[in-house]
This record gives sequence, structure tokens and C-alpha cells, in this order.
Amino acid sequence: MAGTVRRLTWQVGEVVEASPQTPRTKSLFLELPEWPGHRAGQHVDVRLTAEDGYQAERSYSIASAPESGRLELVVERLDDGEVSPYLADELHEGDGLELRGPIGGWFAWDAKEGGPLLLVAGGSGIAPLMAMARHRKAAGSDTPVRLLYSSRSYAEIIFRQELETLAADDETLEVIQTLTRSRPEGWRGYDRRIDGEMLREVAYPPEEHPLAFVCGPTPLVETVATALVDLGHDPNRVKTERFGPTGG
Amino acid sequence: MDEQRLDGNAAAGILQEVFAFEITTARAACVQCGATGEVGAQMAYVTEIGTVLRCSSCDNPLIRIVRQNETPQRYWLDLKGINYLQLQ
Repeated sequence: MAGTVRRLTWQVGEVVEASPQTPRTKSLFLELPEWPGHRAGQHVDVRLTAEDGYQAERSYSIASAPESGRLELVVERLDDGEVSPYLADELHEGDGLELRGPIGGWFAWDAKEGGPLLLVAGGSGIAPLMAMARHRKAAGSDTPVRLLYSSRSYAEIIFRQELETLAADDETLEVIQTLTRSRPEGWRGYDRRIDGEMLREVAYPPEEHPLAFVCGPTPLVETVATALVDLGHDPNRVKTERFGPTGG
Repeated sequence: MDEQRLDGNAAAGILQEVFAFEITTARAACVQCGATGEVGAQMAYVTEIGTVLRCSSCDNPLIRIVRQNETPQRYWLDLKGINYLQLQ
């Protein structure tokens, strides 16, 4: 984005709501004293400071649409994590949280860029893609979207209800789910990890030049990006956001 | 030390501390293989002390940035892996 002449500064946001999403994830809603606005797909850096001065920083994708008044982050509790257990378990309404952003204009989508849009997520990698789906709706865009989302089990699908509602209300938005570990009775989605065959079935054909955003654990992101390029998609239109092997 | 191999986007926080331009959409040209691409499309190796951005084509280190957190805060920015950065 041209003309973003702004040094990043830390600020303290207030947690105005903390609500469970799934057994291991929680949505934190924040209000910030100064927020210049963000683009769907961008992230923030969160910083925790211990009493002895030790600091730890982590990046969290923004799940809320730019049109929303509050900033929503999805935090997943990783038992050996340095930051995520605090965010998931210790942080409550009224608490402050130090962060800076928005950061990263590369993994970002504006409704006016069009598509078609192929969104592929694993686990909490849904967060920035949810911002895109919400932004698309808020902007009144009819850009075709297919969202392929991999979760371990039905109970671990983040934003399940909202995704169902979004897809039910909109013929140009399709949500395709896969569950890799366990499925409820009568499950009609996919039942395995995302692979090339699944992407061949789900993705728009390369001739339609879809813009792909892929976010999740590193192995998933690398599998998907490689498979899309093998299927003939333009590598310059496949944008990836790896969460790393563990996050934290 | 733990090192995470992530997307160039993961280097945006620390790089944005020293660049007053949107850095992830800036294009970098690799001195080793000549490939050009957006910073966000390169690979970032992130540790507590600093970040190395490597070329996604040939793995050559493009940008290295280290931050010293004591006061006064200092940065070491090594750009010798790139021929140029094209900023918008």
C-alpha cells in the first residue's frame, strides 16, 4: 500500500470480551486507543512482559473485518507455549494487552481486488481468512469465494456457525470442510488431510486465475502451496502465511 | 535457539520498525540468483534476537536484522544479499 509512512508503536488495548470458540481456542475482542484501520489478512504483534522484564512477542492474525469496531484475535492454547496459555487462560475482560499493528500488506485482500478467491485454512489459520470473508460481506462484494477448511474434529471447527450462516445466505460463497481425526455420524464433508486431489476438486481451475490465500500450520501450508502450483496455478497468486510448527 | 521458518510476512514487524514504507509488498532482488519478488513471498527465519529473510528461489540470505533491546535500542541491518529494494 502506497504511502504507509508510519512507524510501528506499541499500545495497550483493552479486552472487552473473551469468549470461547472451541475447547482449545478463544476469541479476544479488543478496543484500542489508536487504531488506523486494517486490511483483511493483516496481523498484530502481541507482547507480554514478565515482572523481571523478560519479553515475549508473538504474531496474531486479525479475524475481524476492517468494518468492525472491535479487533478480534483468535488464540489457541498450546500447552508448552510461552504466550498462548496466558492469552487463553489468564486474560479476562477489562485486562490490558500490549500490541502493535496492523502489520503486513502482502497477505491482505481488499474487496475491490476481486477474485475468484480461494481460501484454504488449517485450524486457527482460519482467522485472517475469516477477516476476508467478513470484509467481503460488509463491502457487499459478490466476488466468488471457496473456503476449504481443515479441522481435527467437528467440535474444533472455529467460527462453525458463522461460516454456515455466511454460506447459507450467499450463493457465491462456498465452504468446504474436512475433518482429519474424527467425524460425527452422517458427516458429508471430506475426511482426510488436504491433498492435491482434494484441491483439484475444490479449487477454481487455473484458467480462472484465482487468488489463493493459505494459512495454517507449516506442513499444511507447504502441502497446499506445492499442490496448487503443481495443478498449474500461478505461484504469484498463491499467498501463504505459515504459523510455524508450534506457534506458541 | 528456536528458529522458525515462516513467510516473509513474519519479518514485517521488526522490519517495519526501521522502514517507513510497507515492507512486505516491497520487491527485493537477490544478488545470488537474480530473482525478484515481494518481501512477503520470501522466507523468514525468526528468532528472539533477530530475523533472516532468505530468497525463496535460492535460499540466499537477503536481509538480516538484529535488534538490541537495551537502551538505547540499536538495530543492525545487513542488506548485502539484495541488489535493490523497490518501495512504493
